[in-house]
Amino acid sequence: MFGWEFPPHISGGLGTACYGLTKGLAKLKNIEVIFVVPKAFGDEDQTAMKLIGANNISVSKKEIQFEENQKKIDYFEVNSQIIPYVGEDEFWKLKSGKYPKGTKFIETDKSCKIDFSGTYGTNLLQEIKNYALIAEIIARDNTFDIIHAHDWLAYPAGIAAKKVSGKPLVIHVHATDFDRSGKDVNPRVYSIEREGMEMADKIIVVSNLTRNIVIEKYGASPEKVTTVYNAVEPISISENTKLRKGVDEKIVTFLGRITMQKGPEYFIEAANIVLKKMGNIRFVMAGSGDMMDAMVVRAAELGISDKFHFTGFLQGDDVFQMFKMTDVFVMPSVSEPFGIVPLEAMQANVPVIISNQSGVAEILKHAIKIDFWDTLAMADAIYGLLKYPSLSKHFKKAGKKEVGNFKWKNSAKRVKKVYKSALNKL
Amino acid sequence: MKSICLFFQVHQPFRHRGYRFFDIGNDNYYYDDYANETIMREVAQKSYLPTNKLLLKLADRLEGKFKVSFSITGLALEQFGLYAPEVIESFQKLAKTGCVEFLSETYSHSLSSLKDKDIFEKQVQLHDQRIFELFGHKPNVFRNTEMIYSDEIGAQIADMGYKAILTEGAKHILGWKSPNFVYVNAINPRLKVLMRNFKLSDDISFRFSNTNWSEYPLTPEKFVRWLENKNSKEEVVNLFLSYESFGERQVKESGIFDFLEKFPQIIIEDNKLKFATPSEVIDELQPISAVSVPHPISWADEERDLTAWLGNEMQKEAFDKLYKLKHRMEKCTDPKLNKDWNYLQVSDHFYYMSTKFFSDGDVHQSFNPFDSPYDAFINYMNVLSDFKIRLNSFVPENEIEHEIAALHKIIDEKEVKIRKLEADLIRVRKGKRENLRQRKIT
Repeated sequence: MFGWEFPPHISGGLGTACYGLTKGLAKLKNIEVIFVVPKAFGDEDQTAMKLIGANNISVSKKEIQFEENQKKIDYFEVNSQIIPYVGEDEFWKLKSGKYPKGTKFIETDKSCKIDFSGTYGTNLLQEIKNYALIAEIIARDNTFDIIHAHDWLAYPAGIAAKKVSGKPLVIHVHATDFDRSGKDVNPRVYSIEREGMEMADKIIVVSNLTRNIVIEKYGASPEKVTTVYNAVEPISISENTKLRKGVDEKIVTFLGRITMQKGPEYFIEAANIVLKKMGNIRFVMAGSGDMMDAMVVRAAELGISDKFHFTGFLQGDDVFQMFKMTDVFVMPSVSEPFGIVPLEAMQANVPVIISNQSGVAEILKHAIKIDFWDTLAMADAIYGLLKYPSLSKHFKKAGKKEVGNFKWKNSAKRVKKVYKSALNKL
Repeated sequence: MKSICLFFQVHQPFRHRGYRFFDIGNDNYYYDDYANETIMREVAQKSYLPTNKLLLKLADRLEGKFKVSFSITGLALEQFGLYAPEVIESFQKLAKTGCVEFLSETYSHSLSSLKDKDIFEKQVQLHDQRIFELFGHKPNVFRNTEMIYSDEIGAQIADMGYKAILTEGAKHILGWKSPNFVYVNAINPRLKVLMRNFKLSDDISFRFSNTNWSEYPLTPEKFVRWLENKNSKEEVVNLFLSYESFGERQVKESGIFDFLEKFPQIIIEDNKLKFATPSEVIDELQPISAVSVPHPISWADEERDLTAWLGNEMQKEAFDKLYKLKHRMEKCTDPKLNKDWNYLQVSDHFYYMSTKFFSDGDVHQSFNPFDSPYDAFINYMNVLSDFKIRLNSFVPENEIEHEIAALHKIIDEKEVKIRKLEADLIRVRKGKRENLRQRKIT
């Protein structure tokens, strides 16, 4: 399995989903998982699988060569086409020598390992390429039956592994660039995504919403695409920390990256409407992102900054703390392939309001669903949940029960079915 | 004889610690003691103590001919008390020489002059009282926070009994006129206005150690020549600096202390120049004209306006939300809350929220504890939220009562109106009936 992040080093839902799914798979018979991330920190939970960090793989010893566009792979033990180099000087020295066409140069550290940041920084495209190179090596060194790549960052790695091993490739679409960027899709990202979908033997998507995008926008054939909904990890007891709510007001929370995809601006507008109607409430926008500064200014413009708070990025216990303080959770996502956070909120006995433009809306019954742009309806729902205790009581109780049924084990079973069909295809 | 008027601003804010949303209602201590103490100790060691020592030496040596004036904010005094009591002592020693005048200012170095007359007056009184306690001196010249001044602020200051005010000799105000004369307020001519000579002041505080400056190095002789060579009709040169310029902004190694030691000596020996405190300047010199400042000015940045503190939406919001609490603070007697209230008003908090530094860098960044203006704003609003919760428990529900009172007033007005209209209606009906009756009769 190729992923990009893994708890506790996560920036969003992707790592959480990978972890949950892997744990679910480990509970099934006859499945063993090797999970590859660009950078292993060493403190990841490895009870359910073997975790490999691409940053720990040495390049120099390996001799890999394969011919492009050929189904069967021929190995030439003669010379390596990946040549590690340490610094700029060495690169030019190497470059001036003679090498067969198609030889790849790669910058490594002294022990011939490639450094990965494992984040979403400026060198992202280069990191993705390097990751795919390492994937070739890993694919040679390990035995496995199927390749599973999570999201576009890992598609090239999946494809590389498939080319080396000839094993079937399943890609898991947690999000597409249409979700992340709206209409302004990055053509390079799109081409990576599309190539992944074309090379894949099977495609798993996290909701029917995403399934439609994959079929319509990426031209994947419908029989290849299966929807497997995400689930949520039950809260462990240790995380039931003491409530430390210092205000006696009701709290309405937005929790997620503050980016266009998540619709933070609609939350602020709705907050403004509600605050005009009732006092004694506070709104919290938890998270960080490229729209945060703009949101801070917007709240100041509306003159609600004394009732509208920003916490910055929250992690671990702080998230639970936040849910414990929360009376209503809102996810106004403009385009959300799935959205695990509402499930976590429901686990913590918080009534949720979600947008119809989210995958999780397809499976949730006990949540208020609105259109992300309909700030009046959003305000209405917030007001109702705060004003009428019976309503929120119902949502708390029914929601908790409902969310208990979304188990990773069930998702894993469905994934296993996809694996089987992929293997039968060959 | 031309007077040289030296004035120094001494101020340190109580910086807030990182105050998170989760702290609201749980923790009512807002201050970063570590940062406040280290910064205060550092500045005291590098700047306040050595400069005070030097000034004391000058006062001794020049036998009362050396004059200087200070405005020390209440918060700086509180911080000296906490972290560097020896600084207060050295100021007291200076005060005893008789060469020093202490000016009035707002206790918190606040922007209250722009918002509310009552709070402003209270802040000034509090400061004067503190200065009297420490230095036995009752100020009669005023210096507003960051040299903020407008005609209206001047008029209020005159009403409060002050004889003069210090401000910036801003180019867009003075135009062709020179700052080197005494002016008067445009509304109340009894208030004298001293305008800062920003060129010569900034030569010391900003350009002194700048090796790219065409006049580098600035020797005491050269500087005195500039003071002297000016149009001989000019009567006063106002050198207003922030005190940290000595030893902090201009480090000791730049030779700033040697400079400060020598140039007063040369001035005293010069028969065309002498030192004077602001009070002496206004007693000795006749004002030459009124200066009209309809919109507030300050000594900050190129624009010399308020945009460093109240330039963007965040700053305005924080400022408005803070002073909205005014009526409730009037009824609050809790000493802790009043202390926090004073600390919350410090102009520095609003300065940290400035988005101007994207273009107008370095000065804004000095001692700014926040990575971005957005962080500064979020933090301040969190603190303010907690403060409001605490205030609520002392002055409960007052906002609502106010609102109810306002509504009652509206209802009463309506009722009066209704009664009046009813009376009108009866009169009109009566008139009609009488008309009909008359018609019947005819």
